[in-house]
Amino acid sequence: MAFAAFSTTAAPSSSDSIKKKSPVALLLLLPGILYLVLFFLAPLVSLLLTSFKVPAEFGDIGEFSYAFRWENYTDVISAYWPHILRSFGYAITATFFALIISYPLAYFIGVKARRWPLLQSLALVMVVAPFFISFLLRTLAWKQIFSDESFLVTSLKAMSLLAPDAHVTGTAFSVIFGLTYNFIPFMTLPLYTTLERLDVRYLEAGSDLYASPFHVFRKVTIPLSMPGIVAGTLLTFIPAAGDYINASREFLGGTGTQMMGNVIEANFLVLQNFPAGAALSIILMSAILVMVSIYVKKSGTEDLL
Amino acid sequence: MTTDTFAESGADLELVGIHKRFPGFTAIEELNLTIPAGSFFALLGPSGCGKTTTLRLVAGLEAPTAGRILVGGTDVTNQKSFQRPVNTVFQSYALFPHMTVLENVAFGLRRRKMADPLGKAHEVLRLVELDHLASRRPQQLSGGQQQRVALARAIVNRPALLLLDEPLGALDLKLRRQMQLELKTIQEDVGLTFLHVTHDQEEAMTMADTIAVMNKGRIEQMGAPQELYELPRTAFVANFLGQSNLFTGPVVNTTSAGVAVDVAGHKIVVPAARAHRTTGEITIGVRPEKLTLHSTKPTHDADVNVMGPGRVTDVSFSGVSTQYLVEVPGAGTLIVFAQNMTFGSDVKFGDEVWVSWGVGHGFGLDDDPADAPRFEADFDTRSIAAQRHLEGA
Repeated sequence: MAFAAFSTTAAPSSSDSIKKKSPVALLLLLPGILYLVLFFLAPLVSLLLTSFKVPAEFGDIGEFSYAFRWENYTDVISAYWPHILRSFGYAITATFFALIISYPLAYFIGVKARRWPLLQSLALVMVVAPFFISFLLRTLAWKQIFSDESFLVTSLKAMSLLAPDAHVTGTAFSVIFGLTYNFIPFMTLPLYTTLERLDVRYLEAGSDLYASPFHVFRKVTIPLSMPGIVAGTLLTFIPAAGDYINASREFLGGTGTQMMGNVIEANFLVLQNFPAGAALSIILMSAILVMVSIYVKKSGTEDLL
Repeated sequence: MTTDTFAESGADLELVGIHKRFPGFTAIEELNLTIPAGSFFALLGPSGCGKTTTLRLVAGLEAPTAGRILVGGTDVTNQKSFQRPVNTVFQSYALFPHMTVLENVAFGLRRRKMADPLGKAHEVLRLVELDHLASRRPQQLSGGQQQRVALARAIVNRPALLLLDEPLGALDLKLRRQMQLELKTIQEDVGLTFLHVTHDQEEAMTMADTIAVMNKGRIEQMGAPQELYELPRTAFVANFLGQSNLFTGPVVNTTSAGVAVDVAGHKIVVPAARAHRTTGEITIGVRPEKLTLHSTKPTHDADVNVMGPGRVTDVSFSGVSTQYLVEVPGAGTLIVFAQNMTFGSDVKFGDEVWVSWGVGHGFGLDDDPADAPRFEADFDTRSIAAQRHLEGA
């Protein structure tokens, strides 16, 4: 599966231990298997079944009975296709910005700061520091900063950099900004772990072989840090595509910025149209799975591992 | 960048007044060196003597604190490493793990926009007999094969100057010998200037036309291998390049032919032409293979130095020769290499022996014995003590 991209070393499974099927190993695996069956497999099956349900005859709102109504899927796609496209559009844009912000940062911490271990650990702590505050609070704080009466927005308007009737919150900009901001640590940390192990002797060899700093970066540094780039972009893209906090109206979003997470939430909690919500969830999951597997295959990281 | 052309031949390398200081220590102090085009030059020294730093300065991977570097008469001091007509075979090989062997070799050609990089890469891989592995990744090759890929990756660019940073260090002895010969052949074939950094004195002597022995950021002595071996100028060179028996004593008599030194009551003569100092306390020496063992006191001969009697404290047989350690009271322990010309050895452990050598084989060092170590009985730590003493000075 796609998550193979996260493992930096493919653990060589010795065929001997597999053949023996040690009961101790099975016993140790049991809690994990049980947990996955109970809290991942069972809900997944339930979700899949729900997505084909039809409204119960003479039932109340929110009462559904088992059926195989695959039209549920075509219905939600025709109703929500702008949200689906917007979700992936926002997620890809946010992943891109997170990457171009995080890469220089991770390069600085992992390569340039090697000679000063204290600075290195301090910088890492600063990357992780935002986690000490709930991301809901941090996102709300950004809502304040971007609100119409805020110092930032009034100053921008005073300088005529922003139209007098313009808003910052509720726009695509603020949602993508929030996504980027919230996922930067998830991008930076995997990038840091690969760049920290980057052997600078390869860079010297590149330079010795007539490659300018730009070419060394493009031909040596980037390919060698590919595992970190793949891991970081996946850790950002997957949750960002399903995010419903940043795009929600209570936070940085507006009516025109709703993502799939928001409509899934609305279908489950407000409209009580459980089959529609379930079908949307299944679509989101499979779309992410397909995109991620194509991406991992294309980036060719398995060669590097 | 426009299409580049290969260097027609090797280029001179000139280092003028190079200093290199790192925070906290001086790696190189005042280095002046000229390496003529087309020569195979070895920079020999123990680890930490500044030889690798010298190489990195030439490659452009470090900048000198002071001084100038000229390649083929052009000042390259301010050029970046990718602008210099120099290639390096790194000690760690530094082959790009994400590229095939072929792409590794073609890397420099592609960057210089040479025509037909892959064809040229194949050609060089055939030269190092690795063309059949061109599509492999470097980590799928053995150490010796990686070493040859690293060499191919550098020489394919036909640099005016090729730098070798102990590239044979990781190889086993047999492969090492083979690669030494191959390197020498390649150097003669392509006519490039090679600058080889190594701590292996045998490697340096087999391969290089000229050797510079480096110690503590300075060049101790420079010359052809035989010259350095036969006439070392300092105790460091005498012991780093092979082994030596060194004695210190006052000069008792100087004639045009020789300098006589009193070593623990023995009068030892060194040819005046082979002595760097002729007055006061001096250190003289002789190579172990020049010594002959006698079980009776040899008759007096003006052309032969005799030391003894001493006692054999160790005999070790090594096939071609046998190494004896002879303890001579007052003069310390002497090492003697004797060719195994006769069947069995007639000198045994504990025997009383005399040691002699032709006057012409001795040499006198330039070191001031006040600074230089006076070698005492403890043979095993001799060279360690010598270095420690020099460090303290």
